[in-house]
Amino acid sequence: MTDAGLDRRRETHAAENGPSELELRVKALESLLVEKGLVDPAALDAIIETYEHKVGPRNGAKVVARAWTDEGYRRRLLADATAAIAELGFGGRQGEHMIVVENSAEIHNLVVCTLCSCYPWPVLGLPPAWYKSSAYRSRAVIDPRGVMAEFGLVLGEEVEVRVWDSTAEVRYLVLPERPRGAENLGPEALAALVTRDSMIGMARVELPNPH
Amino acid sequence: MNGVHDMGGMDGLGAVAREQNEPVFHETWEGRVLALTLAVGAWGKWNIDTARHQRERISGEAYLAMSYYERWLAGLVALMVDQGLVTSAELATGRPELGAAASATPLIAARVADLLASGGPSTREYPAPRRFTPGNPVLARNINPRGHTRLPRYIRGRRGVIERDHGVHVFPDTHAHGGGECPQRLYGVRFSARELWGEAAALADTVHLDMWDSYLEPA
Repeated sequence: MTDAGLDRRRETHAAENGPSELELRVKALESLLVEKGLVDPAALDAIIETYEHKVGPRNGAKVVARAWTDEGYRRRLLADATAAIAELGFGGRQGEHMIVVENSAEIHNLVVCTLCSCYPWPVLGLPPAWYKSSAYRSRAVIDPRGVMAEFGLVLGEEVEVRVWDSTAEVRYLVLPERPRGAENLGPEALAALVTRDSMIGMARVELPNPH
Repeated sequence: MNGVHDMGGMDGLGAVAREQNEPVFHETWEGRVLALTLAVGAWGKWNIDTARHQRERISGEAYLAMSYYERWLAGLVALMVDQGLVTSAELATGRPELGAAASATPLIAARVADLLASGGPSTREYPAPRRFTPGNPVLARNINPRGHTRLPRYIRGRRGVIERDHGVHVFPDTHAHGGGECPQRLYGVRFSARELWGEAAALADTVHLDMWDSYLEPA
């Protein structure tokens, strides 16, 4: 079973049978560590709050929308992504050394970490289950076109695919192509169109269907 | 180590399944495990490379059966026992041993924002030699270390081209094992998909890896 399948199975299990063995085990571990003074439960809450509500793909979407609407920013972003992303107030853990790779009609970039699940937390938050799955980690480097096609992204032979395997502490963010027909939209409206998957390279940014 | 975590290029590990409206954590315990890992990590008893290697050392069969945060939990428990932060007896009973001194955590809630915002850069001001410059052809060394390495199997023995100089970074292969930071120059290296996977790969497609100096030789 895939990792994502395991996660779904556990979710169903929890709904039907009350707290799982893991839930109880982690609770017991946390109590022990709190009692020993090794962790502060309020600090744990603050960490979870950060990644559930403050740090996520909306940050990356703001970076992308700014690059689409401000040519000077786009140039700074491609030249020194860490500094340009910090201009918008984002940075830190798992985004200390950022590189932005730009998609175009000729070049499509896709990001993976085959060895674990390295991911640019400050701009995308914590990785989705599919990114962490054995299936994605194994196949993205050998069959990127097949993997993207399964997500509905079919690229022609004329498009050059570049896969970025995050083997060091450098983290990659894809700057997707600005959709055609979005010329009149401002940065906020554009940011609302930018999806997490498009900033990993697994989707295009699309205009909402007018119908 | 040539573990199952080194998955690049393998078949038979399932289809990539997208989940609609995926929550950040599927279950409460997952968030607690992430937070515990970061909070206990703030004691500075180990580094990110030690922690990664600890998860790689989970037996291959168990690794594949575990979810991401189960691996984090297993890694955290092993590191804490290893470093004497908790004992096996305490884990079994869930209570501190008699006479165990209470500690004062370095990470209180008010410090969380700073900790996450500052992160832990891996670059170092160290005069490591620059053996390569962009455009240089290189060969990924065929080495099979028993310990931690960030040189995936699928790239060993393959020819690529230096694309970028990332500066000098901590070397995970020593850092994971208490062998010091031994900073080396890190390069972005481009490999053609055909060099890696043969003629079936699209002619212009490429795979890019970040590689430390000692993973490479001139080609």
